[in-house]
Amino acid sequence: MRKVDLSIVGAGPAGLAAAIKGAKRGCNTVALDMNPRPGGQLIKQIHKFFGSREHHAGTRGTEIADTLLHEAESSGVEVMIGAEVYAIHDNTLEIAQMFGGDSPPSLSGGATTSQSRPLSIEARQIVLATGGAENALNFPGWTLPGVMGAGAAQTMSNVWRVLPGERILMVGAGNVGLIVSYQLLQAGAEIVAVIEAAPRTGGYGVHAAKIRRAGVPILTSHTVVRASGKSRVEQAVIAKVDASWRTVPESEEKLDVDTICIAVGLRPNARLASLAGCKFDYSPSLGGWVPIHNSRMHTTVPGIYLAGDLSGVEEASTALEEGRLAGICAASSLGKGRVGDSKEIEAIEERLLSLRSGPFCQRLQDAKQKLIEIGEAQCPKE
Amino acid sequence: MSQRVNSRGYLSQQELHSAPGYPSHERLEKGPVVAIECIEEIPCNPCEQACPQHAIIIGKPITNLPHLDEDKCIGCGLCIPQCPGQAIFLIDLPYLQGAASVAFPYEYLPLPKEGQKVRAVNRAGEPVCSGTVIKVQNPKRNKQTPVVTVAVPRKYATEVRGILRSRR
Repeated sequence: MRKVDLSIVGAGPAGLAAAIKGAKRGCNTVALDMNPRPGGQLIKQIHKFFGSREHHAGTRGTEIADTLLHEAESSGVEVMIGAEVYAIHDNTLEIAQMFGGDSPPSLSGGATTSQSRPLSIEARQIVLATGGAENALNFPGWTLPGVMGAGAAQTMSNVWRVLPGERILMVGAGNVGLIVSYQLLQAGAEIVAVIEAAPRTGGYGVHAAKIRRAGVPILTSHTVVRASGKSRVEQAVIAKVDASWRTVPESEEKLDVDTICIAVGLRPNARLASLAGCKFDYSPSLGGWVPIHNSRMHTTVPGIYLAGDLSGVEEASTALEEGRLAGICAASSLGKGRVGDSKEIEAIEERLLSLRSGPFCQRLQDAKQKLIEIGEAQCPKE
Repeated sequence: MSQRVNSRGYLSQQELHSAPGYPSHERLEKGPVVAIECIEEIPCNPCEQACPQHAIIIGKPITNLPHLDEDKCIGCGLCIPQCPGQAIFLIDLPYLQGAASVAFPYEYLPLPKEGQKVRAVNRAGEPVCSGTVIKVQNPKRNKQTPVVTVAVPRKYATEVRGILRSRR
């Protein structure tokens, strides 16, 4: 059994930010990630980020991942890849090491679970930063090869450099659907259409405008009815939906596509938090069931903090700030706080507030505020 | 008051003219100036920092829309590749006798070549006229967002926002 001060589950923006803050305060810190490459979703986000200078605005996600990993390394964080945490009890994490913990698998002969090695880590404090998970959409034909999450298509294209298809239907015009459509265009695919069941696009207008001027139609008030094909997707049938979300009779249209990407939202990837016994609250604005936490990112379970999409689906920039907050607070609970921490926490809170302002994000601020109010009553006091 | 982009996915003339970053007709007539086609109050401000003339103002809160001080803008176009939303364009109405130029971010391969004849497209991606590529710029400071400038008939300058992509 290894013993560490601080263990982070998930080495995306939230997890790495937490690990860096912890390690810089002298915590012996391990960041675990189940993937062959750390960085979370940042490693496939080849677009420039919105935001301010503090939030790496104008910088591509891939570069932000490099910067974070470099900082983690120089602060003494141990980043362990291929480390899947499958159980959590009494501050102990049970881990399956998928490929020895140090070398990523090759495309041809990746390691299998039969080769995995068990490892237990006892951590004095834990930060869960397990991110979000894509929502599924069920329709006849949805199990055909070629139907996939938009995030999966993005991973194929931008991480592994494999184009998922030539002619793609994107279902969902939120930011994920719009951005992934743009990136698949850049990779050389044709986006036959982006369809959206709501009467308007959900993502930023500038993302929609970018693919519109590239000639991609965005069909609002449309849904996918079924997919068909012999051994993979060959055709999609779409139809109009009315104000009460019912398909309009005789509005069906056939599209010849080889891929259907589903971008209908994300939810907190909260299985580990659930296993750890965290209490949850239901918040549609934050993506569904969310672990309750207080203003210090502490869950209802002593010694377990959280950050990023797990604490409510938002952006990488908010994940970074929450990670910093969780890292500072976890270190401080181990008596490793620094002079000036309270000032730094104040600055983080101010930046979070500005990220959650404006008409797009106000509902997130309200939902988060409500969750934190519940948390202040139910979570352990620092 | 912020607006949400309608179901078309691009801005109408009316929405554009209400944007504080869109130049007046008088200013367009005077020569190169940027058009900031940003109408949603999202937390974002790289354009403000990108302008050496301080002609783009966002201030606080960061969700303010970018305001263009059109008299300060010299039409250098340095802000174009810095906008993460690719919402800034450079318009030079009096570029040549009868021809205007439009510059836009273009992150597709292959890049067009200077002198190449292209089909220019509007905000909906529809070809509206022929054009000639007059500049393709991709210095390091663009951080891999090339900026393409095309010459088009003057009357299409406020419509043209891209070109038809050539197949890879």
